[in-house]
Amino acid sequence: MTIEVLLGDEAVARGAIDAGISGAFSYPGTPATEIFEYVERYNKKANSIHAVWSANEKVAFEEALGMSYMGKRALTSMKHVGLNVAADPFMNSAITGVGGGLVIALGDDPGQHSSQNEQDSRVFARFALVFCFEPSNQQEAYDLTRLAYETSEKFELPVLMRLVTRLAHSRAGVTLADPKKQNEIYTDIDWKKWNLLPAVSRVKYKTLTETIPKMHDFSDECKFNKLEINDKKLGVIVSGIAYNYFMEVFETLETKPSYLKISTYPEPLKKIQKLYDTVDEIMIIEEGYPMLEDSLRGLLNNGPKKILGRHTGHIPRTGELNPDFVYKALTGKEKKPIVSIDMKLPGRPPALCKGCPHADTYKALNAAKEMVKGQVEVFSDIGCYTLGALPPYNAIKSCVDMGASISMCKGAADAGLKYPVAVIGDSTFGHSGMTPLIGAAQEGTSMTVMILDNLTTAMTGGQHSLTTGHPLIKVLEGLGVEREHIKVIEPLPKNHDENAKIMKEEMEYEGLSVIIADRECVQTLKKSLSKKKKEAE
Amino acid sequence: MKKDLILAGVGGQGILSIAFVIDNAVLDKGWKFRQAEVHGMAQRGGAVQSHLRYSDKNIWSDLVPVGSADVVLAVEPLESLRYIDCLSEDGMMIVSSTPYINIPDYPEMDEIISNIKKIPKHVLIDSEELAKEAGSSRAQNIVMLGASSKWLGIEEELLKKYITMAFERKGEAIVQMNHKAFDLGRDAAEKYKV
Ligand SMILES: Cc1ncc(C[n+]2csc(CCOP(=O)(O)OP(=O)(O)O)c2C)c(N)n1
Ligand code: SF4
Repeated sequence: MTIEVLLGDEAVARGAIDAGISGAFSYPGTPATEIFEYVERYNKKANSIHAVWSANEKVAFEEALGMSYMGKRALTSMKHVGLNVAADPFMNSAITGVGGGLVIALGDDPGQHSSQNEQDSRVFARFALVFCFEPSNQQEAYDLTRLAYETSEKFELPVLMRLVTRLAHSRAGVTLADPKKQNEIYTDIDWKKWNLLPAVSRVKYKTLTETIPKMHDFSDECKFNKLEINDKKLGVIVSGIAYNYFMEVFETLETKPSYLKISTYPEPLKKIQKLYDTVDEIMIIEEGYPMLEDSLRGLLNNGPKKILGRHTGHIPRTGELNPDFVYKALTGKEKKPIVSIDMKLPGRPPALCKGCPHADTYKALNAAKEMVKGQVEVFSDIGCYTLGALPPYNAIKSCVDMGASISMCKGAADAGLKYPVAVIGDSTFGHSGMTPLIGAAQEGTSMTVMILDNLTTAMTGGQHSLTTGHPLIKVLEGLGVEREHIKVIEPLPKNHDENAKIMKEEMEYEGLSVIIADRECVQTLKKSLSKKKKEAE
Repeated sequence: MKKDLILAGVGGQGILSIAFVIDNAVLDKGWKFRQAEVHGMAQRGGAVQSHLRYSDKNIWSDLVPVGSADVVLAVEPLESLRYIDCLSEDGMMIVSSTPYINIPDYPEMDEIISNIKKIPKHVLIDSEELAKEAGSSRAQNIVMLGASSKWLGIEEELLKKYITMAFERKGEAIVQMNHKAFDLGRDAAEKYKV
């Protein structure tokens, strides 16, 4: 029996490896990054799995889907908002179906530890009409991932694995099972299955809807969903990690409520019905949106029994669950701290590292803003450089979604803004900054795009970036940006005046210009220097 | 046997190395553990914490409930106070007195220290000085691990076995330095009088 210490993320990765995947495809994003990174590390020794970062989540998803069409098992992992980028292939893969097992591992971020929103991927799975597995702990993350591959092949459908930050980034010992061999490649393929011409697709969509009752039955029979009838006044439905918080409190209760633990969707309908029929009141504890709660209440909320949860204030409407909220929901009492102090503690928000190239870029940009006459607005993107919105820089305004800086900057230019500026990182540019730049180049839009090329995907820990250095200039030329308006600067304090001057000139140029601020992230630089030093020893 | 710990500090201070040592020592004993940590954005110099729970029985929640931490181990004084709600009745607060100042509104040290001293059971350690004595100020995390070792319910040899494992890659000198840091922290906590 082998026990390994694994993060929830790593347990999913290991489950996929032991289920015999042939490829892992991903774009970094907290809290899902460590899923792919585990496969990548494992593969350094094993070298049996394709594991290279993709340009973005849509690409990653489609690469995984292509592998599945060839009969092999594939894993694609991403943070929750990554699925917005990959929504098109995701929705459609439910209709084509899959060949080799396909699992989409998603990191949801309730409480928004590192994200723009707290969207709940269970809703996405329901939208696409596919399975969603939601483990409550690391062992289940491992076991359910292996089950997900079996289920995916049995139903010929993709399966979404939903993790939340707390499980993704929590470690425990996980007992491993025997690994499976990889599938053989298909040589004889019925391509009609995977071609969504309307005539084909109409039929396939109908078939998919007819599968739904069988999917509910699967959940009713699945051992990871557990109904326990105890006291008949209250029945609690708990989903995923909420089960742990519930059990923490449950063990201390004198009167034990009945409960149903759900770890697979579509919901186990018969079990829900049984609980509903047995108890007087239902409470729903789920991490994320009140999805089950909404379903059980219905639009009119006029069923015979009370449904308690986030809508009734028993649980806060937004944010992450914890054992204390659940204690209050179940007992009506609040846990009081035993020791307390009378002192207001200042927050300690994240900040740019000392010596970060982005800091020098922003200082120069702020100086350039002072030098031009007229309205300047800076549209930013997502990465370490988003921290430039905070003091002392206050250099940027918007942050919406990956790649949005360039398209929004163009929209603002089209609205008549005099000096529209976009700020985007090299990795984000490769993710989704190139497409909007083509249009701006062809129209000759008067705007300035700054690509902060720190040679890496720094925010998520320094993963490989596809669009940095020399290839980046080639890409820009290829997209149609005039060579004389592609400027490269080195963001260093000693170049401050010169850099500010270049920014000013390009802002004043009536056409599209791109300024590349080229200096390596100090964190990755430190890492590569110490690696070199070790190699030299 | 059940312990609830909070490990607190600032991104980059080595909280996860402390957790690595305890996790593996606990596993070695055949116990169960859950250890929730912070990755991502906050690691850039923000406040970070790890909830670490272990027991010879099953553990449910990854998070430590209010009022139930047996030990709050903080590598930074301001950060220790953030988790005061978690302390249990006989909870032990083990704190480094070395501040990490990377915010403009960092409170007066006197105010922080006097609040720590109000906690019935606490230990204050000058981790920077002891780490330097051991050989590098980077070993402050292991000084603090040593300082807390008496309250962890885990044998010292076992903790040291995994300190060795944690630093093996960096060579024998670094391993020895961290062992010394552990000893200095342990002895300082032993001597500390409230
Ligand atoms: C769709 C989507 N995918 C991934 C992320 C997570 N994410 C945020 S910033 C970032 C990368 C930033 O890299 P880069 O643009 O090079 O900037 P740097 O952090 O290096 O400054 C990633 C992967 C996200 N927020 N949204
Ligand atoms: S990790 Fe790199 S890019 Fe991010 S703030 Fe630090 S130095 Fe800057």
